[in-house]
Amino acid sequence: MPHRKIGFGLRSIGHSLIDGVWRLGYASRFFFVTLISSGASFRRIHLTIREIYFSGVMSLIIIIVSGLFVGMVLGLQGYETLQKYGSESALGSLVALSLVRELGPVLAALLFASRAGSAITAEIGLMKATEQISAMEMMAVDPISRVVAPRFWAGVISMPLLAAMFSAIGVFGGYLVGVVLIGVDEGSFWSQMQAAVDFRQDIVNGVIKSVVFGIAVTAIALFEGYDAPPTAEGVSHATTRTVVTSALAVLALDFILTAFMFRGV
Amino acid sequence: MSAENLVEISDLNFSYDKRPILKGINMRIPRGKIVAIMGLSGCGKTTTLRLIGGALKATTGSVKVAGQEMHDLDQDGLYRMRRKMGMLFQFGALFTDLSVYENVAFQMREHTDLPESMIRDLVMMKLHAVGLLGAHDLMPSELSGGMARRVALARAISLDPMLIMYDEPFAGLDPISLSVIGNLIRRLNDALGATTILVTHDIQESLKIVDYVYFMSDGVVVAEGTADEIKASSLPFVHQFVWGEIDGPMSFHYPSAPYRKDLMLETPINAA
Amino acid sequence: MERTTLDLWVGAFVVGGLIALTILAFKVGNLGGYDGSEAYMVYGEFDNIGGLKIKAPIKSSGVVVGRVADIQFDNGKFRARVSMRIGKQFQFPKDTSAAILTSGLLGEQYIGLEAGGDEANLKNGDKFRLTQSAMVLEQLIGQFLFSKASEDGDKKKADGGDKKAVAQ
Repeated sequence: MPHRKIGFGLRSIGHSLIDGVWRLGYASRFFFVTLISSGASFRRIHLTIREIYFSGVMSLIIIIVSGLFVGMVLGLQGYETLQKYGSESALGSLVALSLVRELGPVLAALLFASRAGSAITAEIGLMKATEQISAMEMMAVDPISRVVAPRFWAGVISMPLLAAMFSAIGVFGGYLVGVVLIGVDEGSFWSQMQAAVDFRQDIVNGVIKSVVFGIAVTAIALFEGYDAPPTAEGVSHATTRTVVTSALAVLALDFILTAFMFRGV
Repeated sequence: MSAENLVEISDLNFSYDKRPILKGINMRIPRGKIVAIMGLSGCGKTTTLRLIGGALKATTGSVKVAGQEMHDLDQDGLYRMRRKMGMLFQFGALFTDLSVYENVAFQMREHTDLPESMIRDLVMMKLHAVGLLGAHDLMPSELSGGMARRVALARAISLDPMLIMYDEPFAGLDPISLSVIGNLIRRLNDALGATTILVTHDIQESLKIVDYVYFMSDGVVVAEGTADEIKASSLPFVHQFVWGEIDGPMSFHYPSAPYRKDLMLETPINAA
Repeated sequence: MERTTLDLWVGAFVVGGLIALTILAFKVGNLGGYDGSEAYMVYGEFDNIGGLKIKAPIKSSGVVVGRVADIQFDNGKFRARVSMRIGKQFQFPKDTSAAILTSGLLGEQYIGLEAGGDEANLKNGDKFRLTQSAMVLEQLIGQFLFSKASEDGDKKKADGGDKKAVAQ
């Protein structure tokens, strides 16, 4: 009965397609409702500050340590390659440009997704599973404006700060390896860097990238948590999906933004 | 009539995806009384409670709370109505990221502009009422099941609601906590002048405290009466339920096709 | 509302992030330059600007004295018109020449200024009279091969030739 199997296969493809579009629509509406319910996140700023602590401050260690190591690796690898062309004085601009334009925003967003994003999903999923969300609704408190929106804005605020710290620490790591360890001339390290890195073109664009990534990662994490089936299995799947989806979203968005920002410059 | 009855449910039908859950329910919950809704797990008790709270909307029929039709309310009206209701969820549903104190203070902070000192007095009063004054610094994860239930109770009554709803308040408690909660439900109802709806399958404990009982089975009300009437009832399912017998009109099986059919012994073999 | 230790941490976090941004802007980036300071504009016309970009540095004796502000194509003269923003503290004689140079073999391109001997200095809106276009690699290689070939041709005439040199 092969035609029956084909029919079944087609039906399941169609079903998952419709399901995917449906979920996307639901996610978009969720995002929109979060935006218009954001009043309380600013009127009662301590709600947002509390969430900045949990997503931003708690991600500091991993961001700083990773940034330092990434910068040090860039210093080593960059030196290896550049010295072949006798231009190791360009090490500073190589390290800084890679960090400020790409690695800072992207790696910080990936780390943020796995550190804070998964925590947000698990927390909201568990709040749903233990009826805390229902309880809140029964107390006439809108969970979107009380629980979701402050976490969203905390993520959007934290992300560029974390990315900036990642880049700054990374540049320091590159300096440690390049100048202190290998002995590249300190003056040319910094001056080449400052000549190459443009404030508007590179730093502002890097900050814009990290804001966009912050929006994407936090919105995905919140939606996955809110949409998770209220079971242990459902929450664990949602947490995994948060990390996978936001990593893909960050990389895809990075490509799109880079294409817009650095085209023809 | 509605002056006496806080909640009136008439000819209420409700279905999930065409699967009927409630089929023509009628209930009157008089002001100041404790009314229990009892029945087997899955008979529609919790659904009824959610309909009263406005979390679900009736398919047909009406649910009126304080004379107000629940499914006519918009979001704001619903939230205004819910401020006058308190609800205790099955396992307490305490906010795990807030301390006991903040849990009880939650609604005061959300819905009022009371100064901190007054919130503090009110929270301590509520915690004192449930006997947990000393626990205000603890986090929900540090509480036992019975204590968590009592904190949730203090939270449910934090704004002095006119209607308190309990969803399985006795589930999973030891016998002592059980009587403590039972007593509290009665005392708080009388002290606050509130009306209480109690959804439970713990018949022994609830019969000690309630004024009136509705028995539900499979989406319909099958019996009703005062606590004494229920105890003395000779109706077979009430008798079965009160005494916990296995044999009786309430069946253990979820409705299904006949077992033999399920095993495909009687299905005609269909060529695709 | 009271102050809590949590607020302290969040405050420190925000301050740390802003410090990092400031470091990026001033220490790593070029915001620390003379951008806000007073400057005057001069321009020059080039046959070929090569890979010169807006914001490329303008150097004299290797010291950065300004930045390229704008690059346009003059459709009347068919030449590139490069506007340069030079710091007020750097004054150059009127007959200063501007050349588009490359830092290192593969580095970025910049404009090098060679001071002349005129008594009067360049003013806002003045034009460089002497300019030198960017070197284009293909032309350079072409010139090199051409000169090499003619050199070898001379040698061949002299002593019979060395084919290896031509191949290179």
